[in-house]
Amino acid sequence: MISIRNIVKQYSGHRALDDVSIEIEQGKVFGLLGPNGAGKTSLIRIINQITAPDSGEVLMNGQKLGQEHISRIGYLPEERGLYKKMEIGEQILYFAQLKGLSKADARARAKYWFEKMEITGWWNKKVEDLSKGMQQKVQFVSTVLHEPELLILDEPFTGFDPVNAELIKNEILELNKKGATIIFSTHRMESVEELCDSIALLNLSHKILDGKMKDIRNNNRTGTYILKYEGAALVPSATQPFTIVSDNEFDGGR
Amino acid sequence: MNKIWLIIQREYLSRVKKKSFLVMTFLVPVLFIGVFGLGGYLVANQNEFGDKKTVQVVDESGMFANKLRNGNNIEYSYSTQSYAAEKAAFAKSGRTYLLHIPASLTDVQLYSEKKASALTIQNIETELSDVAQTSRLLTAGIDTAMLTKARKPISVEARQITETGEKDAQTYVAYAIGFISAMLIYMSLLIYGSQVMRGVIEEKVSRVVEVIISSVKPFQLMMGKIIGIGLVGLTQFVLWITLSLILSTAAGTLFVHNTQPAPVQMAQMHGVTTPGTAIAATGQAPDNNMGKIMQSLDSIPVTYTICCFLFYFLFGYMLYSAVFALVGSAVDNETETQQFMLPITLPLVFTLIISMNFVIHNPDSSLSVWLSMIPFTSPIAMMMRIPFGVPAWQLALSALFLVLGFLLTTWVASRIYRVGILMYGKKASYKEIVKWFRYNE
Repeated sequence: MISIRNIVKQYSGHRALDDVSIEIEQGKVFGLLGPNGAGKTSLIRIINQITAPDSGEVLMNGQKLGQEHISRIGYLPEERGLYKKMEIGEQILYFAQLKGLSKADARARAKYWFEKMEITGWWNKKVEDLSKGMQQKVQFVSTVLHEPELLILDEPFTGFDPVNAELIKNEILELNKKGATIIFSTHRMESVEELCDSIALLNLSHKILDGKMKDIRNNNRTGTYILKYEGAALVPSATQPFTIVSDNEFDGGR
Repeated sequence: MNKIWLIIQREYLSRVKKKSFLVMTFLVPVLFIGVFGLGGYLVANQNEFGDKKTVQVVDESGMFANKLRNGNNIEYSYSTQSYAAEKAAFAKSGRTYLLHIPASLTDVQLYSEKKASALTIQNIETELSDVAQTSRLLTAGIDTAMLTKARKPISVEARQITETGEKDAQTYVAYAIGFISAMLIYMSLLIYGSQVMRGVIEEKVSRVVEVIISSVKPFQLMMGKIIGIGLVGLTQFVLWITLSLILSTAAGTLFVHNTQPAPVQMAQMHGVTTPGTAIAATGQAPDNNMGKIMQSLDSIPVTYTICCFLFYFLFGYMLYSAVFALVGSAVDNETETQQFMLPITLPLVFTLIISMNFVIHNPDSSLSVWLSMIPFTSPIAMMMRIPFGVPAWQLALSALFLVLGFLLTTWVASRIYRVGILMYGKKASYKEIVKWFRYNE
């Protein structure tokens, strides 16, 4: 689906991406992991054609990225953005039309999604009158409304309460089931671990690891386990031989 | 192209639909007329509104006793005491001025507690000279009747001769039109330009820009915003012009049939010498001059002037708003814009001041011509010149330069804009901005 080949992106002062190559398979859920500043957002911006790489190329279904791919990608940026003073319905229609949808189509699909997200009746509300979580829902709708083949979600669960995070997660999985390829970008591994088929790990502008989730788990097994113990202090003895690696004690329970 | 149209639509509609747009459209002309009208009214009625000044005259020449005419808020009284005595008593006298006229008529001095205003000094000088002149002529043996005859003022009517014939020059109307249109261009460039800047900052701060840039090119977003807001400005101007044409036509039919000269105001008009107040006076004395102005509007090519105005507004605006967009993209919030604002506002303020004080009096001097050629100054300077008549080749050249200037500025601005809008938390310096300009993509 997406082939990222030898991407280099240089900003004044530092290199954001250094010879990064990644393959993302059709219809899979892909996790782009790494700490803040690793180069995730730079890479996502390149896939979205917001910026261009200094060298290297990105192919979508074997074709070099171009204008025609814009309408086939949906992007939920980490820093969510909506016009504060614009009515929600109008805003959704505007973004959908920018992605190439006709106004009538956009309206029909927006109705469907508004019901699904349980936000019917917000159509004429202004963004500034909504809570942050509600704004996130609106933003999510505007990301998926044009039924993109590729969904790029940058930290999609931040800002949601657990109930709505679950709702969004299920919607994403459903879209994936219908054939959409998903890219999750996050610095919180545990939030996507269970969802991803494969991952790539970026650190300091380099790709340091990638592959199928299952393989990575198996290959990186060292037989080391973290054991959490509750109770009185343990002392190794001749009958119970072990070494304590870390002996953090927490008072009052876990 | 389709997408840029969507952006234009949004920028335009979201502003025109606001209540503030409607309020601006109707309130600004009222305010404009109000401010000019009030200014003119105050100038015309200085005697009522100005503070009364009393002048104690110590006349050692004996030429002026009881001959100085009160007026312009100045009241003369004549001392019977000696100069030294008056001077000693002045502080407690409660009078504003003490005027000492020595017998020789040289070294006349005006004393006051506070600094005397330049206008007052001028008025007193004129009055003294006038009385002295009359007195000298009478001494020379010219009788009063002769003197009145000799003193009869002559007024000059300015007429233009062109290839197509001759017509009234209507200098005052040209002054007023030049002045008002230059002022309007100045204000609207700033108002709509900073709207573009605020729009860019809003999109950057709320991070909407990232969503939009994943659908359209930064250049499309920038141009869509500039054109959309420009159309808002254009709509506003067309509404203003239509409104004022309707109003002035109505006023015209009213005053042309009702032109009775008002002698009092005519007399006041003669006292006015500075050009600034002359314009205000032309505008403020509607009773006797409105009809004339209405008639003379026919002699000024209204459509031509309006077309020029709209052209210079539109392209001047697009030129400046590209720079405003650049600034908006470089900063993270509005307070940071200040360091970049000066280079934008400086040429505007400079041109306005030069235009109002120099170009308007010397519309064909080489400085005026140059100012009306340089793209950053031409919208204001040219509009000041147009009512006085500008050769067609100059107008064409200036228009060409302005369009070229707009294209160049937009190109430069868009290169910086596309980088700037994605830069957060980085303090932009001029050096940094030059670097952004050089980025490849």
